[in-house]
Amino acid sequence: MSQFELDARRLLCPLPVIRTQDKIKTLKAGDVLVVTCTDPGVMQDIPAWSRINGHKVLGAESGEYEFIITIEVGE
Amino acid sequence: MSKQIRAVSLISGGLDSMLATKAIMEQGVHVEGINFFTGFCVEGHTHAIRKKDKVKPKRNNSLWVAETLGIKLHIIDIIEEYKDVLINPKHGYGANMNPCLDCKVFMVKKAKQWMEENDFDFIITGEVMGQRPMSQRRETMPIIAEESGADDRLVRPLCAQSLPATLPEREGWIHRDQLFDFSGRGRKPQMALANEYGFTEYSQPAGGCCFLTDESYSKKLVDLWKARGEKDYDLDDVMLLKVGRHIRPRPNFKIIVAREDGEARFMQGYKKSFINMNCESHRGPLALIEGDPSAEDLYLAAQIVARYGQGREAETVEVAVRDIAGNESMLQVKPLGVDELPEEWFI
Repeated sequence: MSQFELDARRLLCPLPVIRTQDKIKTLKAGDVLVVTCTDPGVMQDIPAWSRINGHKVLGAESGEYEFIITIEVGE
Repeated sequence: MSKQIRAVSLISGGLDSMLATKAIMEQGVHVEGINFFTGFCVEGHTHAIRKKDKVKPKRNNSLWVAETLGIKLHIIDIIEEYKDVLINPKHGYGANMNPCLDCKVFMVKKAKQWMEENDFDFIITGEVMGQRPMSQRRETMPIIAEESGADDRLVRPLCAQSLPATLPEREGWIHRDQLFDFSGRGRKPQMALANEYGFTEYSQPAGGCCFLTDESYSKKLVDLWKARGEKDYDLDDVMLLKVGRHIRPRPNFKIIVAREDGEARFMQGYKKSFINMNCESHRGPLALIEGDPSAEDLYLAAQIVARYGQGREAETVEVAVRDIAGNESMLQVKPLGVDELPEEWFI
């Protein structure tokens, strides 16, 4: 298992979701991806995308300007 | 053991594609969704910009639909490829800059490519004959099937009974008598079907999902092309056309003035790409200057920007002007009066 980071700041949804999706395609099951965003919409969209595509959201932190979502890649 | 038939469905986030997908899932077909992001989609990001929209849930309806249906959704970035569709539409534009028919052909063509790459068997759309004046008419249905190359692997479950049988129907993968013959702009049959499927919540029926159908947005896009002398754009252009007041006092520059805090916060991200200004002596909005303004033009821009701040009635206000490198200078200006802002400057 490895941890990876994705900078999706300044992107508005659905682009952070698309970047997350594209990054996860390159990872292995069990890998962890930490996505940093500035669009509050990601707090809904990335967990929704993760749920329907079989990935697990380990955490979603909401700051004043930044939102950090941690995902464990599913099978 | 017979092969599991698989279909890819174009999910817009609206009711029709949701129903069309469900109708095929009900027949035992494995369905996955696909959603294309052109950059002009109203869905998603636009809600994040304006403060007034903060009470609305910031959800992406295509993801919500997929989750409600229990299917995977693949969101595809087609921003670059879409340029050719918008700039050179074979079938022309609708009432505004919306190339709806070419757009539909393009999306079905992309879905066909995805279908082939992923070994799926057919494509589903939520099209209803007669529902949209440009892209969903009896005459356009075969054009979309033919020009996309999807041909008889394109299934429109909501109006399939009014169209020739497709390959999945002829092969017995799906049953025609379990499809529908909806037509026209009325929504009652869709609502009845939604009720039958137990969908109590769905996004605005037949709502506009593309900024290109919006008159005001289209005018700004045409102005952008005219000012640049070429039909081209990038994603930042697409985004910035959605925010602020756009004012073009002279052909060589345009001012984008934030209308509220949400827009100003979004526009902050562009301060390293544009000359920008805001009132220092009074509370006022952030403005981006696009183009190639002279010193005299910047003075006029500052007067205009001052007009939208709390110093609008003052004799003079101080406006901070920053270049792309972040170098700041101050201008003392008299705000323009409301009668000094010609209507034709507003795009």
